[in-house]
Amino acid sequence: MSTGMPPPRSYPAKPADVYLFGTCVLDLFDPEAGVSAAALLEREGIRVHYPPEQTCCGQPGYTSGFPEEARRVAAAQLSLFPEPWPVVVPSGSCAGMMRLNWPALFADDPQHLPAARAVGERVFELTEFLVHVCGTRLDDRGGSRKVVLHTSCTARREMGTHLTGRALLAQCAGVETAQQAREAECCGFGGTFSVRQPDISAAMAADKAEALEATGAEVLVSADAGCLLNINGTLEKRGSRLRGQHIATFLLGRLEGRS
Amino acid sequence: MQSALNFHRDARAVVGNPVLRAGFRGAMDFLMAKRAAQFPDEGAFAELRAAGEAIRRYSLARLPDLLEQLERNLTANGIRVHWAETPEEACALIIEITAKAGGKLVVKGKSMVSEEVELNHALAGAGIDALESDMGEYIVQLAGERPSHIIMPAIHKTKEEIARLFAEKVPGVDYTDSVDALIQIGRRVLRDKFRETKVGLSGVNVAVAETGTLCLVENEGNGRMCTTVPEVHVAITGIEKVVEKLAHVPPLMTLLTRSATGQAVTTYFNWISGPRRPGELDGPREVHLVLVDNGRSGAYADPRFRATLQCIRCGACMNHCPVYTRIGGHAYGTTYPGPIGKIISPHLLGLEATAPLVTASSLCGACGEVCPVKIPIPDLLIRLRQQSQGNAASPLIPGAGAGRKRLMATAMGLWSRLYGDPGLYRLFAWVATRFRFLAPSRQGAWTDSRAPLKPAARTLGERMADRR
Repeated sequence: MSTGMPPPRSYPAKPADVYLFGTCVLDLFDPEAGVSAAALLEREGIRVHYPPEQTCCGQPGYTSGFPEEARRVAAAQLSLFPEPWPVVVPSGSCAGMMRLNWPALFADDPQHLPAARAVGERVFELTEFLVHVCGTRLDDRGGSRKVVLHTSCTARREMGTHLTGRALLAQCAGVETAQQAREAECCGFGGTFSVRQPDISAAMAADKAEALEATGAEVLVSADAGCLLNINGTLEKRGSRLRGQHIATFLLGRLEGRS
Repeated sequence: MQSALNFHRDARAVVGNPVLRAGFRGAMDFLMAKRAAQFPDEGAFAELRAAGEAIRRYSLARLPDLLEQLERNLTANGIRVHWAETPEEACALIIEITAKAGGKLVVKGKSMVSEEVELNHALAGAGIDALESDMGEYIVQLAGERPSHIIMPAIHKTKEEIARLFAEKVPGVDYTDSVDALIQIGRRVLRDKFRETKVGLSGVNVAVAETGTLCLVENEGNGRMCTTVPEVHVAITGIEKVVEKLAHVPPLMTLLTRSATGQAVTTYFNWISGPRRPGELDGPREVHLVLVDNGRSGAYADPRFRATLQCIRCGACMNHCPVYTRIGGHAYGTTYPGPIGKIISPHLLGLEATAPLVTASSLCGACGEVCPVKIPIPDLLIRLRQQSQGNAASPLIPGAGAGRKRLMATAMGLWSRLYGDPGLYRLFAWVATRFRFLAPSRQGAWTDSRAPLKPAARTLGERMADRR
């Protein structure tokens, strides 16, 4: 991983059932995005199953250098997806952790490694799943809006899903997508990086906020809740009018003529 | 002594300096655009870097054999090979060679390994002057500073700062901020020194084992002068820089110059294959190569860290790094800044001196994406974090556990217990949402630059349960 785009992935036919892994950030801070993701999937005629015992993919511990702690958290997820259904994750970063880093995390743990691999292979990021598996067609009922999209570094560089969010926005006739300067640059979140290197993180977040504001967009949209916590927190502290919304919430709003 | 122990303080100082920030941002934007223009075709780039990666991995897999072969063939070519396990040994060797030649001055081409072993300092201690002849290094030396970038040592300086520096430090020079004039001043000073010195020093970009050849790329011609004009040429490099075949050089150099400065080829490409031979009119009488270990064999011996040594020192990772772009090179406190510095410095200096560096990454992956030899820098950083936290200690990296702080370890332990236990987590989430009005307005470093986090009224889990 982490050295460029992953090889192209082959996608299954549209299933009748999927699991939704809501992520710890959405569970506590943006449940609306998770509910919207479920609604978008159901709109495709898919039954959405939400295992109530789910908590977190383990990424905070893994990226901070605490593999044992991360394994304990990730291992608690492994038995929650017993059917061979896809696991849809409305976050590129968490999806990347499950699909690409679980095998490394459990490399020396033969008890959990097979399940980690098996589940990881079935993990799809939400926009990736909508575009490549569902062939989603969006019937845009919203008004004319100028939108700017932020794509997480994991989505862009590990999952290769930076284009699927853009493709979904492009289907919305009333949405004009603005281009930001240095689009591929990190927003400065990086999990515990944001508090362990607060000065550098804040400088990165401020630059990102400035680039987003400069587009004149009315709404910021992202498929990653972690980036949104950081960017929205920064925008709010700056007194900016711009706010970010999870792409699932935004798209569902377009279909219902709300956003 | 190099150390990153003041990293937070030094990084904060640059973050708060708009002139430096704008300078680094502009320079990095320029270098990124230059590089991108050299790799217009993604497929061709992917092929080339796959070749580069394969060559470096193959070379490292055979490193002990290749080093022996290199020594044999260099010796056969009349180049004397010296091995230095530590910086002190490397410096002592070079001081001895210089003293034997009766040298009081060493004129240096660009060499990051000479910075790594702090050669100038050691030479000064032995009463020998060192003069940097690469223009960027010359500027940095005049200013009494260290390089802030491995390819562009003086990238932190504005044109006006350099003009003032020259006017102040170079005898007989008036203030001019004409770049051409400044370069001519530097060249004039250096040209006389090349004639005067007995010892020239250079780095090495690649050493070829099968032919006993040292390759050196450069743009200013000072490398050619250093390696041909003085009586004695001393080359210094790390033990990882060897490849087996001459045919391995072109792909690596193509990747190096395009990734580093966006050049298809450098102005000078020096192939050094021995001292002056009988009947030849020029060239050094003696050529020496000092091969430096300085912690590299530790990285080499641990298969999880060996990829660190694939590096060809192009600097593309720092040019593309959002952290380097914000803080520049000096804040790192180590010879090698930026992403490559974060993964190599712990091996050279130990984790006690470098622990703050391994946390200084958002793991955005920009470095791994541009690395011409596909070093998985973010993965290596995660492994170094495990070392630094004492959670996967390798005896080969000194200072395991040096970055462990009780607060962080306790927080991670709590997180693991909470999120590893669905029942406990549900309880926690219920309390956090029901009592969200108690969310503090100050949340540590988070709220220094952000509005406080506030949980939603109900969790996603609860809302999904309602929908059934």
